[in-house]
Amino acid sequence: MPRRTDINSVLVIGSGPIVIGQACEFDYSGTQACRVLKEEGIRVILLNSNPATIMTDPEFADATYIEPITTDVLTSIIAKERPDAVLATLGGQTALNAAIALDEAGVLAKYNVELIGANIAAIQKGEDRLKFKDVVTKCGGESARSVIIHAIDEAVAAAEDLGYPMVVRPSFTMGGLGSGIAYDEVQLRRIVGQGLHYSPTTEVLLEESILGWKEYELELMRDKADNVVVICSIENVDPVGVHTGDSVTVAPALTLTDREYQNLRDIGIAIIREVGVDTGGCNIQYAVHPETGRVVVIEMNPRVSRSSALASKATGFPIAKIAAKLAVGYTLDEIPNDITGSTPASFEPSLDYVVVKVPRFAFEKFPAADDTLTTTMKSVGEAMSMGRNFTEALGKALRSLDKSGATFHWDGEAPSGAALEALLVTIARPTESRLVQTQQALRGGASIEQVFDATKIDPWYLDQIQLINEVAAEVAAADALTKDVLTRAKRHGLSDAQIASLRGIGGTRAAGESTVREVRRALGVRPVFKTVDTCAAEFKAETPYYYSTYDLETEVRPREREAVLILGSGPNRIGQGIEFDYSCVHAALALKGDYETVMINCNPETVSTDYDTADRLYFEPLTFEDVLEVYEAELAAGPVKGIIVQLGGQTPLSLAQRLADAGLPILGTSPEAIDAAEDRAAFGRVLAEAGLPAPAFGTATTLVAAVEIAAGIGYPVLVRPSYVLGGRGMEIVYSEEQLTGYVERALGEVARSGGHLAPILIDRFLDDAMEIDVDALYDGEEMFLGGVMEHIEEAGIHSGDSACVLPPVSLSEAEIARIRRSTEAIAKGVGVRGLLNVQYALVSDVLYVLEANPRASRTVPFVSKATGVSLAKAAALVMVGHTIADLRASGVLPLTGDGGTLDLDAPIAVKEAVLPFKRFRTTEGVAVDTVLGPEMRSTGEVMGFDEDFPTAFAKSQAAAFGGLPTSGSVFISVADRDKRAIVFPVKRLTELGFEILATAGTANVLRRNGIPSTVVRKNSEGRGPGGEPTIVDLITDGKVDMVVNTPSGQGARADGYEIRAATTAADKPIVTTVAQLAAAVQGIEVIRDRPFTVRSLQEYVKVEVRP
Amino acid sequence: MTTQLHAPQLHATKTPGEVVSDAALLVLEDGRTFSGRAYGATGTTTAEIVFNTGMSGYQETLTDPSYHRQIVVMTAPHIGNTGVNHDDPESVKIWVAGFVVRDPARRASNWRSEGSLDDELVGQGIVGISEIDTRALTRHLREAGVMRAGIFSGEALLAGGYPRPIDSFVAEVRATPSMAGLNLVAEVSTKTAYVVEPLGAFAGKAPLKTVVAVDLGIKSMTPQRLAERGMRVHVIPSASTIEDILALSPDGVFFSNGPGDPSAATHEVALLREVLDRGLPYFGICFGNQILGRALGFGTYKLAYGHRGINQPVMDLATRKVEITSQNHGFAVDAPIGEEAPAPYGEGRYGRVIVSHVGLNDNVVEGLECLDIPAFSVQYHPEAAAGPHDAAYLFDRFLDLMTSGAPSAAGLSAATATTTPAKEN
Repeated sequence: MPRRTDINSVLVIGSGPIVIGQACEFDYSGTQACRVLKEEGIRVILLNSNPATIMTDPEFADATYIEPITTDVLTSIIAKERPDAVLATLGGQTALNAAIALDEAGVLAKYNVELIGANIAAIQKGEDRLKFKDVVTKCGGESARSVIIHAIDEAVAAAEDLGYPMVVRPSFTMGGLGSGIAYDEVQLRRIVGQGLHYSPTTEVLLEESILGWKEYELELMRDKADNVVVICSIENVDPVGVHTGDSVTVAPALTLTDREYQNLRDIGIAIIREVGVDTGGCNIQYAVHPETGRVVVIEMNPRVSRSSALASKATGFPIAKIAAKLAVGYTLDEIPNDITGSTPASFEPSLDYVVVKVPRFAFEKFPAADDTLTTTMKSVGEAMSMGRNFTEALGKALRSLDKSGATFHWDGEAPSGAALEALLVTIARPTESRLVQTQQALRGGASIEQVFDATKIDPWYLDQIQLINEVAAEVAAADALTKDVLTRAKRHGLSDAQIASLRGIGGTRAAGESTVREVRRALGVRPVFKTVDTCAAEFKAETPYYYSTYDLETEVRPREREAVLILGSGPNRIGQGIEFDYSCVHAALALKGDYETVMINCNPETVSTDYDTADRLYFEPLTFEDVLEVYEAELAAGPVKGIIVQLGGQTPLSLAQRLADAGLPILGTSPEAIDAAEDRAAFGRVLAEAGLPAPAFGTATTLVAAVEIAAGIGYPVLVRPSYVLGGRGMEIVYSEEQLTGYVERALGEVARSGGHLAPILIDRFLDDAMEIDVDALYDGEEMFLGGVMEHIEEAGIHSGDSACVLPPVSLSEAEIARIRRSTEAIAKGVGVRGLLNVQYALVSDVLYVLEANPRASRTVPFVSKATGVSLAKAAALVMVGHTIADLRASGVLPLTGDGGTLDLDAPIAVKEAVLPFKRFRTTEGVAVDTVLGPEMRSTGEVMGFDEDFPTAFAKSQAAAFGGLPTSGSVFISVADRDKRAIVFPVKRLTELGFEILATAGTANVLRRNGIPSTVVRKNSEGRGPGGEPTIVDLITDGKVDMVVNTPSGQGARADGYEIRAATTAADKPIVTTVAQLAAAVQGIEVIRDRPFTVRSLQEYVKVEVRP
Repeated sequence: MTTQLHAPQLHATKTPGEVVSDAALLVLEDGRTFSGRAYGATGTTTAEIVFNTGMSGYQETLTDPSYHRQIVVMTAPHIGNTGVNHDDPESVKIWVAGFVVRDPARRASNWRSEGSLDDELVGQGIVGISEIDTRALTRHLREAGVMRAGIFSGEALLAGGYPRPIDSFVAEVRATPSMAGLNLVAEVSTKTAYVVEPLGAFAGKAPLKTVVAVDLGIKSMTPQRLAERGMRVHVIPSASTIEDILALSPDGVFFSNGPGDPSAATHEVALLREVLDRGLPYFGICFGNQILGRALGFGTYKLAYGHRGINQPVMDLATRKVEITSQNHGFAVDAPIGEEAPAPYGEGRYGRVIVSHVGLNDNVVEGLECLDIPAFSVQYHPEAAAGPHDAAYLFDRFLDLMTSGAPSAAGLSAATATTTPAKEN
């Protein structure tokens, strides 16, 4: 059955901003889908609000809409483009929900658009819990006993039958949002209350607890000829109770017999048929009782999911790509397996290696949040690794996390006695530390049975961890590091650094690691690289997709062309996410023609780890040891031009110096230049030479010095450890007392980790400053100003969390010229070859340099989308020796002008951050505080794009969350210093017909300025004598449509905290700065006027080239 | 099934618990060697070496009589994780001549586990080797083709107290008979006939049909699959005659899978012709497919490295549907694909034949169907064990063939009508 001839254009819906539970795996799947459809000659229309995606690069679709994913916008696009079909199964839950809404609004029927991949009935059968239960029963499977409820009282009644603990799952939410486990009635009421709110159908499923059961997933695909294949089985090391996204998972399943596996397969195939996923993939989750083998089907996703991205990378079988082909009518047997080139896609991959995925969390960003892992996903990223056995893969996965404390260790005394008893209690509660704690408990002599009783982790895995401990003990006890000892250690995944630590070698970690490496190499203990070939070597593999292992034979192919190695950015984390992967992918695409591009990365969600992106892919941890081995393997295969470290964020950048010291050619900005920008003293000299002002600052390594420096600079000051990304540990400190607290906390951490205190940077904090972000490209002679972004919030909020606008709407030409001169001076002074990001603060006409980063920044994709110039591609070409003049001549960069000389009628792009506060709750179940500060906490971003700033801002708000209100009530409560500034915007709100609610103090100021407002009770005042509600009650009851709450300088006081938490929980817009309020009011005016008009990137480009 | 045979050239020197030596050596006929650690029994074993790509089902694989006189390499690295139990074996003993794995489990974990695989291998005297680069070995076998090999461990590594020269191992391997031309059926077939009565929903009821299954190395799941569909199955020794079959008044005759070279199976081919001549409905699996091919006058040939795994895509050419199949064959039928052809044997006495199923990886004949007589067969394993149940419909097709009295199986129980029992086991 060849492809359908009745489909000539397809609208693909993307997944929007990166949020917890929905990350860049949907850029990976969407990009594959767009590629496939274009290859088929189909006109591709794409909607995604996330500019940091590869899929929204103009060349991946015929019409790319970076617009909010709403029914209105989709309707406008459909009316304008008249696609034959909509493909919504590759854009996560966001796209699926958008498709359902379109169907319900009658838009699909009106325009005669077919939903391909999965139809509405199938989506509902798969996602509606009650319908799905019937499906499972029909397919000969079992579900957990359960009840559907629509009100809290019904839940309490149901508890009598189901008993506690009870699992709560809201319908139609993603990443398990709003779900949880209730152990008593109080918790039940709270979790069900939230769940009812998050469920778009106000529906929650309660079910019997299957906590502690073994958890499995199958990834299936079905074509229109009803052929079904299972691509991958995945086993969760963490048993049922921890969301699969937060679990350590393994592929293939390792503790099932064939009979048990085939039983899961039979049920899965019956389900995909019964649900009616016509063409494409689905994911089915199962629980298996560890003692009886009873199987319960947990859920299915009738779409491509995070797990299918993982399964694709784990097996080499590109699920999304195949799903797109199936959606346009091909059958599995008609599609070739890319990896072998000779066999069809209608088969089930066989693995001769083990894949381990580990989640990466960001609890350090949300200190108040409860870090217990539950059925609500909390991780922000993941790393995957492959090895020829579980122990090797696990060791590689843990070091791929790039996080201190994540790897197994044998430091200090093994826990014993009371400490061991306590540890056995601790590990019963799943947290991000549980695996290491489990290893420690086993190290301390706990039996596998004891640890199993506490954790319900299958004894086979516990035995493997025990094995790692035994190997470590052998390493520690060996008379010398012999070939046998080293080989055994490496086969079970120990890193050189771990071996050094076990042997007590070397003064520093790096020195010890180097010594072990030298010994290892002298003894000939080197990794080999095996191919991910989908077929366990049964057929020859055409695609060079490699992983390292300690085994006999390497499979790296020799090559003639010169290679460029590109280091990716590792697992997503707050501050280092998809934006960096975007730049790495662009480098691979830019250099593919002239070089053999080699990608090294360990993040399974990304486009960079698609085997189609670079010429060669190494799925490896981004550590010094692992990168060096890949380099040497490639050097043995052919000439190597060099290695790119400046595109993947801080992870590769921090390896630059050691790699250079080891003799690796670093392309672009040298490690010395990187240091010149990161080292405060060196950077100070660069600025002084160029005559550029910077806020007064100092560096301290002791409390005394810190206090002295801060006193000299004057409070408030900005404090942070040096060498961090995403502003980790950064705070604004207003007093000596606060400063002392900060430094003591830092010293305490140092004492716990046994390291030494990194210097603490203390900067003058510029109050009321306008922050400006610049991305530029420098070739040693000429600078190309990529873009100048004006922050909408004032300085002090991390640039990653701040909304910004490009071109800058309030900067004069003279100011831009000054920014250009300063940026050029820094680029030259530092010695940049490639990308440079500079942050400035403009205060009282003085342009302060806040910091400079000689690498790709988070804003590179945003700037590229907004200006239509691919900065990352150009940067990669500069790094291999092209000049900006070359690139202008060859059309990579515009012939004249740059991002600093945009036309007055150039479109306006607004970037807005998306924050994960909803995901995080304190142990009491209250949402964590939402106030923004210098520490970055957003997970993703959206772009609003239009002809003017107010419209672009309004679009960005609609894309980031529910959007701005057009009527209703606005609550205002601002810090004293902001009271004067709010008068005008609040007045405008009243003119627009909004009711203003305010606390007494704010209301007084408003009244004196002639603005009427209703005084409401503060939360701290409690309800009034007549039961008058407090502001928090009003927000919770949905009676407030927008909240304006600027926190007072001295940190979040209780009232502000409660207000912001309630607003976040109620999903209403919250404005926390005056600048943002001004933008919001302008935006509200626009959306009251007219609906958004939509325009594709391709149309904007057309406008630009018009003479 | 009470067959007990001596595994060829196996000198187990290890009893449970006793460790002679840790080292083991795998030696290939072409001189390539792999050093590893002893696994299972220590000693010597030499045989043809083949690889299996299944990620589950090692217990079924080990006890599949078709692996008789073969050393099996598992490409899945972790073997033994779920231990052993008494439900999953496909026959009464382990048949493989040797076992090659990378990472044997130290601890078995499964609610059905009754013991460790290592102990089972030791107990049954199966010499194995572990901790070798099984992928390198598999790639070598893929490129060079299957060949003979030997595993040597313990005392077998020594001669007169000194390590033996490599040449002596290679010579020993090369002295092992090749698989080509070997008739091994008699070595694995039951010596006495036995009956499997209807099972499951049909237990205790009068059989719908009576089938005679000629045991050429039958797996226990096969009669079970027939019995689950209401058939009474008489399993008889391979040396049986047509009179033995007719004496049981069968509604249909079945030939099972089995080891060895089909071109050496002269008795079985002759026996099948007698069955076909009498117009008895016939269904064959694996070796039974090759026997049908030869009975119809087609040739058989040895594949470079065979098909052994549970992920093999096969297309039913009548329905164009793909099934994922369990396979274990080193030989294949040489018949024209894509056209009806007269059966070459006996001047057209068996009418027309088509290739009904084809392997999608390499276009190997995976099924035959006679258009004018009631006979069909597949090269793969619809009984699975280990493997997917996609092809279970073929047992229904056999039942339909017997029930309908149709002149051929064409059009009966297509894959779309799959009636996989909800509960296997």
